[in-house]
Amino acid sequence: MGAEFVQFSLTPILIGMFAAMACALPGNFLILRRQALIGDAISHVVLPGIVVGFLVSGTIAAGPMGLGAAGAALVAVVLIEAIRRFGRVEPGAAMGVVFTTMFAAGVLLLEQTGSAQVHLDVEHALMGNLEQLIWLRASGWASLTDPAALATLPPELTRMALACAVITGLVLAFWRWLKIATFDEGFAQSLGIPTGALGFGLVIAAALAAVAAFQAVGSILVIAMFICPPAAARLMTNSLTSQVCWSLLFAALSAIFGYVLAGYGPLWLGGQHAVSAAGMIAVVSGIILGLAALLGPCRKGAQAI
Amino acid sequence: MTDLPAHSPLAVRGLSVTYGDKPAVQAVDATFPRAALSAIIGPNGAGKSTFLKACLGIIPRLSGEVSIFGQPFAQARGRVAYVPQRASVDWDFPTTALEVVQMGQYRRAGLWGRLSGSARAQALDCLNRVGMADFATRQIGQLSGGQQQRVFLARALAQEADLYLLDEPFAGVDAATERAIVDVLRGLRAEGKSVIAVHHDLSTVEDYFDHVFLINQRAMAEGPVARAFTPDALHATYGGRLGLAAAPQTVQAAE
Repeated sequence: MGAEFVQFSLTPILIGMFAAMACALPGNFLILRRQALIGDAISHVVLPGIVVGFLVSGTIAAGPMGLGAAGAALVAVVLIEAIRRFGRVEPGAAMGVVFTTMFAAGVLLLEQTGSAQVHLDVEHALMGNLEQLIWLRASGWASLTDPAALATLPPELTRMALACAVITGLVLAFWRWLKIATFDEGFAQSLGIPTGALGFGLVIAAALAAVAAFQAVGSILVIAMFICPPAAARLMTNSLTSQVCWSLLFAALSAIFGYVLAGYGPLWLGGQHAVSAAGMIAVVSGIILGLAALLGPCRKGAQAI
Repeated sequence: MTDLPAHSPLAVRGLSVTYGDKPAVQAVDATFPRAALSAIIGPNGAGKSTFLKACLGIIPRLSGEVSIFGQPFAQARGRVAYVPQRASVDWDFPTTALEVVQMGQYRRAGLWGRLSGSARAQALDCLNRVGMADFATRQIGQLSGGQQQRVFLARALAQEADLYLLDEPFAGVDAATERAIVDVLRGLRAEGKSVIAVHHDLSTVEDYFDHVFLINQRAMAEGPVARAFTPDALHATYGGRLGLAAAPQTVQAAE
């Protein structure tokens, strides 16, 4: 049991956890800034970037696809800002226009790659391939100390852990700025905090999380992870620090329970096949949000008393 | 320009601001006195808040110069405390009254510096000065509008500034809060600090303020209340719109 777990479940669960936590961190601030839709937008717009990266390089290597995704995220941010300024429409509408158009363009591009022999299809883009990120060379927990086995860890694990660490570092480094500027932007500007650059940096951090997570867990899960754990965390506490900690806990729990339920849940219920892990992780995070909304100590209703 | 007086906490020459191609503030000159309570008065949409924000560099200005104690704002930042309109922030934000006040200590602590125990004591003292010491650990969304405004004022006190710029500090607050705020502002004046507030209620101008600045896109009048707060000046500023906000005798006089 132990060996099988390490081989087939440990790395997907860890990758899912890192992806969920990397998205939840910027998600906290996006939600408090009433910009939750930005996370949604980013996870959509990276699709055409990834496809273009794939078409240009001809491989599903992480480098070119990541570059394409980052480029697409930048293009989207600039487009949204341009439409908002010159079109004089509200930010939500500008985002809606940009991300649906770019996502649709991505799907069209994706169809053009259909003849290629390489695995990049719509389902993969939406659901990721978490179940395939297994550690075949592992023979048990002892492999964690075996350099030869460690060298064959899925590269997604290292990449996702690195992205998670970078985003954690950025949030910690700019914590005070983020807190003041998110609460009271005018006051932050009067202090000399560069709120424009800070907001842009937050979007870039979110894009980094989305790009790193996209290949492993797909765009549906990325959207859920930006919003569900932070939104549930807000209902648990009235302190920003605790909110961020709760959101990390919820993100990790979603990944663990979601993966296990997807793999074994259907069998327990007498079914034959496992269901999509990414889908189940998103469902679990939604259920956690639902429970927090019903029982959380800092709901609107609970505060009134 | 060199004619900006260094003695003035806030002096403005030729300030213009536009929103798109709509002018909001046009070629405004103003000179506010030191160690005094000054009111910025004008009808809705007259550019009062815009004027303040442009002075602080929050809104880009089309033209004009602003000097704070004779220096550009960027160099005098540490001497200025700004209190935005209460309605401009989301009070659901997960934080406590004390933490909001400690945001005022940011310039001393910097981005990474630690806030010491004495900083916490100072923040508590600021809450005490606005009568909010009992609410230090309360989530800010659970406070009344007047209490929230007092927390904002306490945050400005924590900045230990020389010039306090307040955007409608009396908007939507209860009578007790209004008295508490006026007391604190008078205390600041007694310490030699300068206070400039966007103000709406014409009936309290003479009670609360020493100096007025009347604006309706353009500067309409400025000076000591006794000299500048006249029916003629009000009529010029508000035009036909001088309404219920004014004290009865002022309205009669203006007509």
